[in-house]
Amino acid sequence: MSPPTSGPAVAGPSFPGDPVTGELASSAPGPFGPGAEGGRRGQGRLGDRLFGGAALGSGLTVVLLVTLIGVFLVSQALPALARNQANFFTSTEWVVSGDSPRFGIARLLWVTVLSSLMALAIAVPLGMAVALFLTQYAPRWLARPAAGAVDLLAAVPSIVFGLWGLRVLGPLTGGTQDFLRDHLGFIPLFSAGSVSSTTTIFLAGIVLAIMILPIITALSRDVFNQTPTTHKEAALALGATRWEMIRTAVLPFGKPGVISASMLGLGRALGETVAVMMLVSSLPAGSAWSWSLFGGGETFASKIALGAGEFDTPEKTGAYIAAGLVLFVLTFIVNAIARVVIERRKAFTE
Amino acid sequence: MAKRIDISDLSIYYGAFKAVEDVTMSVPPRSVTAFIGPSGCGKSTVLRTLNRMHEVIPGARVEGKVLLDGQDLYGSGVDPVAVRRTIGMVFQRPNPFPTMTIRDNVVAGLRLNGVRDKKRLDEITEQSLRGANLWNEVKDRLDKPGAGLSGGQQQRLCIARAIAVSPEVLLMDEPCSALDPISTLAIEDLINDLKTRFTIVIVTHNMQQAARVSDQTAFFNLAATGKPGKLVEMDSTSTIFNNPSLKATEDYISGRFG
Repeated sequence: MSPPTSGPAVAGPSFPGDPVTGELASSAPGPFGPGAEGGRRGQGRLGDRLFGGAALGSGLTVVLLVTLIGVFLVSQALPALARNQANFFTSTEWVVSGDSPRFGIARLLWVTVLSSLMALAIAVPLGMAVALFLTQYAPRWLARPAAGAVDLLAAVPSIVFGLWGLRVLGPLTGGTQDFLRDHLGFIPLFSAGSVSSTTTIFLAGIVLAIMILPIITALSRDVFNQTPTTHKEAALALGATRWEMIRTAVLPFGKPGVISASMLGLGRALGETVAVMMLVSSLPAGSAWSWSLFGGGETFASKIALGAGEFDTPEKTGAYIAAGLVLFVLTFIVNAIARVVIERRKAFTE
Repeated sequence: MAKRIDISDLSIYYGAFKAVEDVTMSVPPRSVTAFIGPSGCGKSTVLRTLNRMHEVIPGARVEGKVLLDGQDLYGSGVDPVAVRRTIGMVFQRPNPFPTMTIRDNVVAGLRLNGVRDKKRLDEITEQSLRGANLWNEVKDRLDKPGAGLSGGQQQRLCIARAIAVSPEVLLMDEPCSALDPISTLAIEDLINDLKTRFTIVIVTHNMQQAARVSDQTAFFNLAATGKPGKLVEMDSTSTIFNNPSLKATEDYISGRFG
């Protein structure tokens, strides 16, 4: 029986630098020189050094790239932010031309977070359920093709999801949206919106959920599959039913993996552009603030894509880059939270 | 609490492969029975049929009868989950639930049975840990992860977890093979204490261990690779080790083969 691999090994967001330097430190020459062992060991050490150097180099390159992107965003955004007449964080305006631009990200942030969280709320339970079915319940002849079908979902281009959402899912969910609005309308989240039901944030949330489902399912499937047999047998031998075995052995073991899978999915949902751009109606300037899922608007990504026509002066472009910077920081924070959650569980995973 | 086990004409299959053939034996209550024999002879397989754990491997099935105080464990309408709740098992590798605290590990089985009363759970935690000779070592860190204990402590934690549900029978599948000699001794002492309350069946590769802890010993062997394993001889431990009736048993005990 193979030793239990801990969840975080497959778990996504990590800084490639850490393991690399760690490995290098342990492969550093010890007190005993290669001398007596002769040529063969000498070669091995050269190989170690080459590989260590290559690995370190790759790790540093990634860190450097991320840093450079951050520097680029900040340096381009600052001049535009300095000219901004409105509060960048609380304003809902977006006027970037002229001598006194007024722009803020409040609405972009809300639409981005709302649509992504809705996607997550649907995709995480669904993805986990699919992964549990594939690893714990499905007979072997069914598990493989079904897993393949889920993976195929990841190969569908965003634009196709956009079209499908617009033509098929929008009309299909119209009734549900009306029902929620009529019966739960007293909650701001479900209050009536100003756009038609085929172009709401609600619809984008569902489409985003389907788009991030494959990654959440695939990663969850991998960690659930790695649950050590000894843990599962421990639960079964205590008289656990299959579901109880899953609850006591499989889910706790897979938790860090599922969390990082969710964060990867959230990262994708936050940054998804084309499908959101096609699905959600833009609001006319000066529209009232709305908390509702049944409203329209733009996410960071769709706003930037829609505004590409305005990138003619550094000042205008800078405003959009400032929005991009917030998205960059947002995804960074999401990943950091995932790391913290995973680290905290580490004491309990061998 | 402890019950007797009667096995008759038990054959065990994995798919078309016959792993064990025609085992018939009786295990009296409140005693320790050791299964010995070379690797692959089916002793672990027989052990796992006693609480229907072999069924977790797809394609496994049995013929014959296993009676627990006269009740057939393989009778129609018998739920394997219910069987496992009355017959506890300890495995080769200590396998506490890694995400659970020591306390939660001990009461994991009780929680499955729906016991929620905090006071009762605390009582049983202490009782079981005392029963497993682990209480003094862990009483100050019940809320620390069980995976943080040493291998021997983890194995005693697993025994505490198994006895917390007050099973009729305790099955042990090479419980000391991953442990150092001192931890092994601790577990053997524990087995001696536990046999006053439980019927114990233990698989072991260590013949001194079988001689030290068991009241009767069953020797399993297989005629050749690919042939099913068989029960060769079963008798009181002193007879098996001092005066076995079959030459094959004597050869194995004296280390001349296997």
